[in-house]
Amino acid sequence: MIKKNWMYWLFFLALFLAPFYLTEFRLSLLGKFLCFAMIAIGISLIWGYTGILSLGHGVYFGLGAYCMAMYLKLEASGGRLPDFMEWSGVNKLPWFWKPFEQPVIAISSAIIVPVLLAMFLSYFTFRNRIKGVYFSLLSQAIVVVFVTLFIGKQEWTGGTNGLTNFSTVFGFSLSSPLTQIVLYLLTVVLLLSMFLFSRWLTRSRFGRVLVAIRDSENRVRFLGFNPTTYKVFVYSLSAAFAGIAGAMFVLQVGLISPAMMGIIPSIEMVLWVAVGGRSSLIGAIIGAIVTNGAKSFFSENYPDIWLLFLGGLFIAVVLFLPNGLTGVYQSVRQRKKQGEVRANEASSHVLQRVSRF
Amino acid sequence: MKPVLMCCSVSVDFDGFYALQGADLKVYPHEVRFLIGPNGAGKTTLLDVICGKTRASSGKVLFYSHDITDMPEHKIVQLGISRKFQSPSIFHQLTVWENMELALKQDRGLFAVLRAKMSEADRDMIITLLQRIELLDYADQKAGSLSHGQKQWLEIGMQLIQFPQLLLLDEPIAGMSAAERERTGELIHEIARDCAVVIVEHDMDFVRRFSKQVTVMHEGKVLCEGTMEDIQQNEKVVEIYLGREEKAC
Repeated sequence: MIKKNWMYWLFFLALFLAPFYLTEFRLSLLGKFLCFAMIAIGISLIWGYTGILSLGHGVYFGLGAYCMAMYLKLEASGGRLPDFMEWSGVNKLPWFWKPFEQPVIAISSAIIVPVLLAMFLSYFTFRNRIKGVYFSLLSQAIVVVFVTLFIGKQEWTGGTNGLTNFSTVFGFSLSSPLTQIVLYLLTVVLLLSMFLFSRWLTRSRFGRVLVAIRDSENRVRFLGFNPTTYKVFVYSLSAAFAGIAGAMFVLQVGLISPAMMGIIPSIEMVLWVAVGGRSSLIGAIIGAIVTNGAKSFFSENYPDIWLLFLGGLFIAVVLFLPNGLTGVYQSVRQRKKQGEVRANEASSHVLQRVSRF
Repeated sequence: MKPVLMCCSVSVDFDGFYALQGADLKVYPHEVRFLIGPNGAGKTTLLDVICGKTRASSGKVLFYSHDITDMPEHKIVQLGISRKFQSPSIFHQLTVWENMELALKQDRGLFAVLRAKMSEADRDMIITLLQRIELLDYADQKAGSLSHGQKQWLEIGMQLIQFPQLLLLDEPIAGMSAAERERTGELIHEIARDCAVVIVEHDMDFVRRFSKQVTVMHEGKVLCEGTMEDIQQNEKVVEIYLGREEKAC
C-alpha cells in the first residue's frame, strides 16, 4: 500500500514539474488531457463504482465550458456586443449573458449549471427506478437536445462555431506563456484535489454503499438505504467535475463548440475510463492521458490511418483487458506476489530438509 | 397480546393474474411462523407485500400500529422489518466484514454515512454476529467467494445485525448441507427470542422438525393455520398439498 501511494505522489510530482521539461505546445496538450482526466474521475465514480453508465457527460463538460467562455467573450469584446451577436443581427446583450460579466458568477455557474441539470435529470430517472441501458439512452438524448439547441440558437451561443477569439482572463493575456503555465498548474491542483476527495469518498463507508448499489441495488434498499439519494449525489458530483473540467479546458484551449460536447466526445469519455480501468481512480486519470496521448501521437505520425489505430486500441482493451490498464498492473503484481510466496515456501521446505539431516 | 404484523385481506393483481386474493395473516411477538403451500400459492408474494417490494392492490398491512401498505421499502426496513431473499442477495464485491458494516443499524442518510466511523461497539457487534453465523474466519474475504450455504448465512446475519422486530425469510435452507440445515433451524429459534420470524419453506422435513405454527396457503389465500399435526389431519390440506406429495413419495 505504501509503495502504491508513493507511486501516486511521484505521478503528481511529475505533472507539477511538467512546465520544466515540456515545450509550450506539449504542455498545453497535457493541460487539455488533464481536463479530460477530471471528467474521467467523475465517470469512474458513477460507472466504475456505482454502475451507472452515463453517455452524456459531454453536456456537463460543455455547459461548464460555455459558462467560462461567456465571461471570456465578454471580456474580449470590451463592453461591446460580442462579434457573433452583431453578425446575427442582435443589438442588445441578452439578459442571461449579463451576469457573466462578473467572473465570480461565471466560475460558480460553470459548476452550478451542470450540477442543477444533473440533479434534475438524475432525480427523476433514479426515483422512477430507470436504470441500465435505459438511463444510458436517456443521457444520450440529453446530448442531442443540447447540441441541437446550441447550434440552433446561433445568436446566443455562436452556433456551430461556438465561442472563441478570447484575449484575456482577469486582465492577463491568454496567449502569454506565463498565464498558460499558471493555468496548467491550477489544473494539476484541481485534478489532485478531485482525486484526493474521490479517494476519500470511495474508501469511506459511503464508497462501500456505492459498490453495494452496483452489486445489488435491491439489497441496499432492503437494508434501509434510499439508493436514489446516493445515486443523485454521485451523479451530480461527476457533473460538477465535468463542469470544472470544461471551464479549465476553455481557458487553455481557447475554444468551445457544440461538436466538443456531442455524442462522440461523450462516448469517448467513457472509453478513456474503460482503457484505464473503470473501478480505479488513478486508472481513469491514466486512461484519459494515455488515450488522448495516443490519439495525438497517431494523428501526428500517421495522419491517414490514425483512426484505425485508435479503433484497434479500443477493441484490444475491450477484448483483452476487461479491467483496463490498471487491471494488467494488478494482475502482474498479484502474480509476482504469488511467485514470492511460492519461493518462500520452497526455501522453507529446503530449510526443513536441511535441518532434518 | 398485540400482533406484530397484521395482513388484512391483501390482494395483488399482476395485470389480471391474482397472485394474492385476500390473504389474512397475524403474527405475534417471538413467534416462528412457517408459510407453506404449493408453487404459485402466493407465499413469496405475501412476503414481498409485507416488505414493500410489491404493492397490494387492495387490503392493508399493519406493523404494530403503523400502516405500512404504501410505505417506501427503506422506511419499512427502518421501522424494523428485515427480509432475506430466496437467492442469496449479498454484495459480492465487498468483503464479508463490509457487508455486515453496511447492514448495521445506523443513520442511513447520505451525510451521516459520509461521516460514519466504525465505533468499538459496532465492531464488537459485528464480531459477535460473525461468530454466531460462523463466518468470522472469512471476514476479509470477498462475499462472492463464499459457498452457497455461507452466503445464505451471511444474508441472515445481515438481517440479524439490524435487530429487526420482524424477520422475513424466504427459503433460508435452500442449497445447504444437512449439518447447515440443522444449525440454521437452531439459529432461527435463537432469533425468535428477540423477534418474530416468518419463514417460507418447501422442505417438509425441516418444517416438521422446527415449526410450531404453520400457515398453509393455496391460490392466493390462507387455507388454514395450526400445528403441523393439525394440518396433516386437515382434509383440504391433504388433498391439495400433502396428499399430492405423499402420493409422489
